[in-house]
Amino acid sequence: MRGVTVLAWLRANLFSSWPNALLTVATLWLLWRALPPFVDWAFLDAIWVAPDSKACRAAAGEGACWAFVAEKHRFILFGTYPYEEHWRPAAACAILVALWVASGLRRLWSWWLAPMWAAGLAAVGVLMWGGVLGLPFVENQRWGGLILTLLLTTFGLAIAFPVAILLALGRRSGMPVIQGLCVGFIELVRGVPLISLLFMASVMLPLFLPERVTIDKLLRAQIAMILFAAAYLAEVVRGGLQAIPRGQYEAADALGLSYWKKTLLVVLPQALRISIPPLVNTFIGFFKDTSLVLIIGLFDLLSTIKVSLTEPAWTGFGVEAYLFAALVYLVFCLAMSRYSQNLERELARAEAGRRT
Amino acid sequence: MRTIMLAAAASLALAAAPDRAAAQTMLAAVKAKGYVQCGVNTGLAGFSQPDSRGQWKGIDVDLCRAVAAAVFGDASKVRFTPLTAQQRFTALQSGEVDVLSRNTTWTATRDSSLGLNFAGVIYYDGQGFMVPRKLGVKSAKQLNGATVCVQPGTTTELNLADYFRANGMTFKPVVIEKLEEVLNAYFAGRCDVYTTDVSGLVAVRASRAPNPADHVILPEVISKEPLGPVVRHGDDQWFDIVKWTLFALLEAEELGLSSKTIEQNASSANPSIQRFVGATGDIGKMLGLDNRWAFNVVRLVGNYGEIFDANLKPLGFDRGINNLWTNGGLMYAPPIR
Repeated sequence: MRGVTVLAWLRANLFSSWPNALLTVATLWLLWRALPPFVDWAFLDAIWVAPDSKACRAAAGEGACWAFVAEKHRFILFGTYPYEEHWRPAAACAILVALWVASGLRRLWSWWLAPMWAAGLAAVGVLMWGGVLGLPFVENQRWGGLILTLLLTTFGLAIAFPVAILLALGRRSGMPVIQGLCVGFIELVRGVPLISLLFMASVMLPLFLPERVTIDKLLRAQIAMILFAAAYLAEVVRGGLQAIPRGQYEAADALGLSYWKKTLLVVLPQALRISIPPLVNTFIGFFKDTSLVLIIGLFDLLSTIKVSLTEPAWTGFGVEAYLFAALVYLVFCLAMSRYSQNLERELARAEAGRRT
Repeated sequence: MRTIMLAAAASLALAAAPDRAAAQTMLAAVKAKGYVQCGVNTGLAGFSQPDSRGQWKGIDVDLCRAVAAAVFGDASKVRFTPLTAQQRFTALQSGEVDVLSRNTTWTATRDSSLGLNFAGVIYYDGQGFMVPRKLGVKSAKQLNGATVCVQPGTTTELNLADYFRANGMTFKPVVIEKLEEVLNAYFAGRCDVYTTDVSGLVAVRASRAPNPADHVILPEVISKEPLGPVVRHGDDQWFDIVKWTLFALLEAEELGLSSKTIEQNASSANPSIQRFVGATGDIGKMLGLDNRWAFNVVRLVGNYGEIFDANLKPLGFDRGINNLWTNGGLMYAPPIR
């Protein structure tokens, strides 16, 4: 009986037509050719621990050298942060991830998320900078690795998002000056690639400042990233705003609500809900875009990997290194996209419940 | 919102540098903030590179530490700003770093029109060629018609073309952007020759070649790449400090003073050593530093030879033209007196 169902499933899903059957066979053949060598290389013949790179070099090309990751993982994750103090960026990463997860759980959505974020970010600041509570001071030029990627993303999105909502509202506003400013800003920033904004912030901006007044490199990069994210998010939010039926605006007006009440109570909740998929899409894109800071010499996760490959003893293990980077990015991006799918489903269910 | 952010940014910057009045000398500003801010390469083996524990290592890094030792008597009072090639001069011009020690070639344009001062040469580099030994090539003059692996966008490519044209030879370039890939191409035999700075060739041969003895670096060096620390125009005292810190590293080696022996030799009767360690004369005072500045540099960082042996020798570099003038090299410090 069971065999029949499996056959039926196969026929329905994999061999439903001639082209499908051909595709299935071709895919299976490709997997059969590619998978076993990959498994051999990545797992069976791989070198997991080695005192130095000699063992890896001896096994050149036969197996992956995960000993590279084992040797360099502290540098990759924490950059040039003082070695003995690595627990601090690790704890800061954990706090940031916890904040994101907590803000993601719908049953925790309430006003106290705001003080929680404030406290969490303060704790991250104390941990990373130190200088109080007996923690030695660490200047932010030494921050690096995963924590830098997470910080750039968190602050980038957390600040850009409210700005984006204001920009989107401004773009749809009837007041010509505000509308003009918002349109001008959005189109200007969207008209140039992120990399040129970063260059502008890191190479041009310092020349405009008075002599001996410098803005920290990390802060400059962060501001450039916020401006960039704000412009893109604003267009996403505007899409959501435009999708709200006119009737909603008119109903709110008929109730006598002021502009801000109408926006906050009627329009935005609906607009943001329909914007969730494109918002998360932009978030994921932004998370990966933070890796562009490597061109201005900031040690984010991808740069630390690149730098660890420059040590002569460990050059040449680029495949292993970048696979590790891919894995870390995959974990974060997959979590974000799975979460947004769940959220969409939950909200759709809630919506359906309200309608019946 | 943006105004608030900009205001916050500006106040942060001012808070970070409360005492940077325009009239202040660099030395006073550096002393007031308590550390030397040094611009280094983001990752170049032997010159400046963070190790597995995130500690900066390399000769460029040691020069920064030496300046800190001269100014503060403490080699750890230095902070490193990793800089890309595009950022480095802006970072120096805008005051983001006090010294740029980032394998930077000393050229007339940079020294004059960019508003920079080169404080000397810490490593004499130059472009060279590496070929597999089995080709039997003994000189770059025999490379007519060769396939050459090269990275684009730098003077390397131009020097290569100039050299072949000047010698009436032809070549087929294989231009690949990424170091990783250009090396793979060379070691896979896609080209007969790989060209970059000799320091790069040495490091690649030692670290990447399956058997380093299978590859030879040809004797011809086709360009001059003197690498050295840089400061910006406008503060001659700071320029002198960096320049003489570099000379102190060379002078110490010439006098036979090393980090291990300088404490015992400090009481030597040799007048040069007496002046060097600050027992006689006021050299330190003239520079605006403690008279034991050079003593501290050598005690805490070492002499040039020690720095070279610690950072470059393990990668397979030999001293060559970077030897002292007394040993047939180009490293020559004016007398410290």
